[in-house]
Amino acid sequence: MTNQGSLGDDASDRVQVLDDAGHVLEGASVPDLPDEQLVEMYRQLWLARHFDERMISLQRQGRIGTYPSLAGQEGAQIASTHAMADEDWISFQYREHGAVIVRGLEPEYLLYWMGHERGNEWLAEKNVFPLNISIAGHLPHATGMAWAAKLKGDDRIVTCHFGDGSTSEGDFHEALNFAGVFDVPAIFFCNNNQYAISHPRERQTASPTIAGKADAYGIDGIQVDGMDPLAVYEVTRQAVRKARDPADEQCRPTLIEAVMYRFGAHTTADDPSVYRDDEEVEEWKERDPIPRMETFLRQRGLLDDERIDAIQEAARERVADLIDAAEEFEPDPGQLFANAYESDTPRIREQREAFRALRERHGDEALLEDE
Amino acid sequence: MSQATDTETEAQDLTLVQAVRDGLYGEMQRDDDVLVMGEDVGENGGVFRATQGLIEEFGDDRVIDTPLAESGIVGTAVGMAAYGLRPVTEIQFMGFIYPAFDQIVSHAARLRTRSRGRFTCPLVVRAPYGGGIRAPEHHSESKEAFFVHEAGLKVVIPSTPYDTKGLLASAIRDPDPVIFLEPKLIYRAFREEVPDEPYTVPLGEAAVRREGTDVSVFTWGAMTRPTMEAAENLAEEGIDCEVVDLRTLSPMDEAAIVESFKKTGRAVVVHEAPKTGGLAGEIIATIQEDVLLYQEAPINRVTGFDTPYPLYALEDYYLPEAARIEDGIRETVEF
Ligand SMILES: Cc1ncc(C[n+]2csc(CCOP(=O)(O)OP(=O)(O)O)c2C)c(N)n1
Ligand SMILES: [Mg+2]
Repeated sequence: MTNQGSLGDDASDRVQVLDDAGHVLEGASVPDLPDEQLVEMYRQLWLARHFDERMISLQRQGRIGTYPSLAGQEGAQIASTHAMADEDWISFQYREHGAVIVRGLEPEYLLYWMGHERGNEWLAEKNVFPLNISIAGHLPHATGMAWAAKLKGDDRIVTCHFGDGSTSEGDFHEALNFAGVFDVPAIFFCNNNQYAISHPRERQTASPTIAGKADAYGIDGIQVDGMDPLAVYEVTRQAVRKARDPADEQCRPTLIEAVMYRFGAHTTADDPSVYRDDEEVEEWKERDPIPRMETFLRQRGLLDDERIDAIQEAARERVADLIDAAEEFEPDPGQLFANAYESDTPRIREQREAFRALRERHGDEALLEDE
Repeated sequence: MSQATDTETEAQDLTLVQAVRDGLYGEMQRDDDVLVMGEDVGENGGVFRATQGLIEEFGDDRVIDTPLAESGIVGTAVGMAAYGLRPVTEIQFMGFIYPAFDQIVSHAARLRTRSRGRFTCPLVVRAPYGGGIRAPEHHSESKEAFFVHEAGLKVVIPSTPYDTKGLLASAIRDPDPVIFLEPKLIYRAFREEVPDEPYTVPLGEAAVRREGTDVSVFTWGAMTRPTMEAAENLAEEGIDCEVVDLRTLSPMDEAAIVESFKKTGRAVVVHEAPKTGGLAGEIIATIQEDVLLYQEAPINRVTGFDTPYPLYALEDYYLPEAARIEDGIRETVEF
């Protein structure tokens, strides 16, 4: 890695391959990836962006619940997931739809946002842990999973995504401290999008960088341009290699701070105009990962207008199909009682039965009547 | 809001969440030691706008946006309270109170006892609780029982705008730590006249929302509304319910419970928290200890189920509503 250990406030410490317009920076090395994979990343960026737009509009129409927008942050998740093996575990907060897209988006993922546990259940098939709403609670789990892999002699690693806000919770400290002490194969991937709801990054911590916090735990920290997919890919690839197979004197865990911006609201329940200016948003939009990748790929001769149109059209169709399929799902209300334990306790058995009788007596309509 | 701009009116119609804001405003004006702290409470005015405009009025030393850390929020508030301030902390949703659980139960609740009164902890922990708003995971639970179980804490749940402002004032002025849980389902459900001037509604006193002679129904918070609806529906069948809104869950108004039960001899408890270990058990035990000989029928519990709170698609099945409450009452009355 170009930068390990201590990081200052110096922007030159931040790993970048593409400039804001998408041209390869002088002296930067482009990751050695097959052309198809580079185009695939671009395709997934569009899928993620389009998915996001549709999910926001579905929420407005009352067809899904509260939804956290990803726009602006896709590059970091898509590129970092490309740097991992499919068997490696991912644990994420709630905004990291891009990681799921790389593992293969299916209608089940939408079900989570439609209020069905089936969404979380399905993630397991993609080696993704149930997504995490209770901020930072999943960081110690990632440490524990990575630790278990090491104890069992597996060579799987774990990447844990979380936000800049999450770094303030005690669990962040405990997870990274354990990771350092027990030298576990985990990557802590901070999606620093500058805000925790309304709270700006500078007021979250007095540390000049989040990556710099790694020093306190004796692990490596690195800051990367999180809107530059090539830089994120390269930084993650090296962290993955080191986690799996560290050289002498190398530690396994890495804290990656991916610097980025959320273009939209925190969630569909948030109004960002209360706490930030449009100018700031416009400034960050200059670094949008999609046009940057596009410029890079055009220069490589891998994309032209026609291909781009086809990619966008395919993304639209794909998302429309996913929505149609997800909306066919009919939950069984009896599932309320499933999986609280492996087998029903006497009380749950009794309540399951009372619930069945209640539905029979009144019909679902009366029970679901709005207050 | 009115205090800032309008000195003519003496009361106005407020929603419950506006009454929270109004209560905070009044207490902050009365007492310079009162401050508000939490996530997104400043410029953003709180995710439910319960602290809207307070930062403009009182500045960022008294309306404090904190880092994202509940243990940090409550833990530092314990220190501030011990030093002589009156912090009112906001936990964004009750489901996120657990990182602060250790600070609440091991420190806030015990500081007075441990120091034989040399240190006290007059702080308030506000949190919206309860289901029914199609919110994400961990945003809908009702876990008041955890806190009622802890000696040294008081636990309050208002159900009307008027009570909200008055109970919040009492909580802030109280010399001990108070967990103040706000029924977010009815944050904006209706308005009620709320005086502009600060006033208090005493902690520890229940309110009879509907007088009746056949059965006492004990409830609180957001469940008060479907319970009242059930009572009105049953009135048409000739069942006369008395609905008692407990308002403070710790200390509980035992006298009000006993008095109502002596009149009716029958009772139902309604809460949205799970049945097992929920407060219905405590209320029923109190009745059995104090007025067993008045009892004419088994006491029913209409509660949430003993399962983790589901994602929103099934939540309306989870929450007691009028039909389920009516069934429970009917069963008790017809015994
Ligand atoms: C323990 C906990 N406290 C508070 C919240 C409410 N909340 C949800 S998201 C959020 C901000 C998270 O910020 P960050 O970690 O930067 O992630 P981002 O949303 O920016 O991706 C907060 C405070 C929560 N979900 N969990
Ligand atoms: Mg953030």
